Amino acid sequence: MSFQLLINLVMAVIWMFMNDAWTFASFISGYAIGLVIVYFLRAFFPHRFYFLGIMATIKLLFIFLRELVLSTVEVVGQILRPKLNITPGIFAMDIELEKNWEITVLSCLITLTPGTLVVDVSPDNKTLYIHAMDLPDVEKAKKDIKNTFEKAIQEVSRT
Amino acid sequence: MSVNEISSWIVGIIVLIGAILSLVSAVGLVRLPDIYTRSHAATKAATLSVMLVLLGTFLFFAVIEDLVSARILLGIVFVFITAPVGGHLISRAAYHSGVSLWDRSTQDQLHAKKKKHGSS
Repeated sequence: MSFQLLINLVMAVIWMFMNDAWTFASFISGYAIGLVIVYFLRAFFPHRFYFLGIMATIKLLFIFLRELVLSTVEVVGQILRPKLNITPGIFAMDIELEKNWEITVLSCLITLTPGTLVVDVSPDNKTLYIHAMDLPDVEKAKKDIKNTFEKAIQEVSRT
Repeated sequence: MSVNEISSWIVGIIVLIGAILSLVSAVGLVRLPDIYTRSHAATKAATLSVMLVLLGTFLFFAVIEDLVSARILLGIVFVFITAPVGGHLISRAAYHSGVSLWDRSTQDQLHAKKKKHGSS
């Protein structure tokens, strides 16, 4: 992915050289042309077209922001309820991710998800121990949400 | 209404929501029963409230004073990245030094695991 990005940047600089126009607008147009060229030459690279990875990253960022807002609303609702009606607990969840940064991003996402907080990661990186604020109605739904998170992260790291 | 007036309304609402969220998470710190549920309140609501106040400040200076401050944007990003890690570390340290869960907690699957491997 970074190799294709580097090639694209070099193409943009070459475009600026050819036009002898050292402006930001010239860089942008050179970059756009380079993007099209890299797209048509994508069969020669070992990895997929790098712009897909960038799109997946942006999507992950929006998931982050959405979950932050949703979880804040939920926590505020629990706090301001006149009678405290929560059943917390710690449950284990198996994960399929392998690289360290993927696990870190997943735990940050889970920590920002409504009602869950990562307490520990097992030494072999296979299991996350998650403290949930309100266990009975949440655990099943949480697993679904986390499947979408894991999917989104795998989408970013796919080559 | 002029653009400045509308944007100052928006900035006011954003900062007000941030302040109220900050108050609510402080109330949560007092009301919730154990350290784990408290760190739920501290990581989520407090993070969003600080981000909203910073965003309001950024918009105020950008639109009304015509001064784009990249440092505020960097501050938002740093708070966003570090707050969940801080919550995780505090609750992990609490768990490994033996702070017990609330007595109405339903299950504790980490406990069995820890027993099996011996206390670390």
